[in-house]
Amino acid sequence: MADDIFERVKKVVCAELDVQEGEVTESSNFIADLGADSLDVVELVMAFEEEFKIDIPDDEVTKLATVGDAVEYIKSKIA
Amino acid sequence: MILQGKKGLVLNVTNKNSIGWAIAESFHSHGAEVGVGAQNERMRERVDELVADFDHMHSVQVDFGFEEQLEALASHVEQKWGQIDFLVHSAAFANREDLEGRFVDTSREGFALALDVSAYSLVALCRHMEPVLADDASVMTVSYLGSTRAVGNYNVMGIAKAALEASVRYLAVDLGTRGIRVNTLSPGPINTVAARGVKGLLGMITTVHDRAPLKRPFGQEETATSAVYLASDLSKGVTGQIIFIDSGYNFVGL
Repeated sequence: MADDIFERVKKVVCAELDVQEGEVTESSNFIADLGADSLDVVELVMAFEEEFKIDIPDDEVTKLATVGDAVEYIKSKIA
Repeated sequence: MILQGKKGLVLNVTNKNSIGWAIAESFHSHGAEVGVGAQNERMRERVDELVADFDHMHSVQVDFGFEEQLEALASHVEQKWGQIDFLVHSAAFANREDLEGRFVDTSREGFALALDVSAYSLVALCRHMEPVLADDASVMTVSYLGSTRAVGNYNVMGIAKAALEASVRYLAVDLGTRGIRVNTLSPGPINTVAARGVKGLLGMITTVHDRAPLKRPFGQEETATSAVYLASDLSKGVTGQIIFIDSGYNFVGL
């Protein structure tokens, strides 16, 4: 289940940030490692919301720095 | 095909969730030819991808902050179409720090920036496009209730929207002599990338949907269909107005 979420997160990240799957690991930082800017981050968050049918409030968005953070947060929301 | 034979511009679009994109798609589905705006090269690549699926759409690039780009846009319209029948302005910006916390803390620069990009841009756009607007053309912009109500976190954007709505009325007077109509669409809060700049947007959306008289959601699609009405001859007697697309939230007290 967790792996499945990671795979889905990875797909969303690749599509939104225009990066290759091989570049995306749990520890990848969206901004520092994957080249996202502030607009990308908002679009990425909205893409997660759409993919997982969840709402991600602003206070949570600021805590999602890495792919792993996003996976953990999404797991906690859809568990 | 209520917009058959009509052509015009929708400015600007960021992604598929943009209100502008919903309007462009809706106009196209009602028979219009649509030029879809992108603010810069990066946005243009995205808009090019969006319009690729449609026969009668193309992208244009314009940053409202530059007079020469507005001039170039008017030349493009003149060369491509001669004149246009509709012009949709959907653009706003404020610094993120001005869209949370206390309005009183807004800096002079932040205030000027928000007003320039979000309100003066319509004035400049209309001035440059006036020669290529057909008689009886329809101009519209997108605002929000924060123009007349103090909405938490909306802050300086509310003041910009007040200026925008007032500009619409003055523009409606000036352009009205040629039969050109100028109106405002005012949707309730919608989850777009631009709106997410306002802190706490998701909570605002929930509250508005809970309290609105119509117990069905509103969003990009409902805004776009009202835009079709404003672009069409069905609204030929309507100018200077604000059309609320918020399931009625704007008039409810407690």
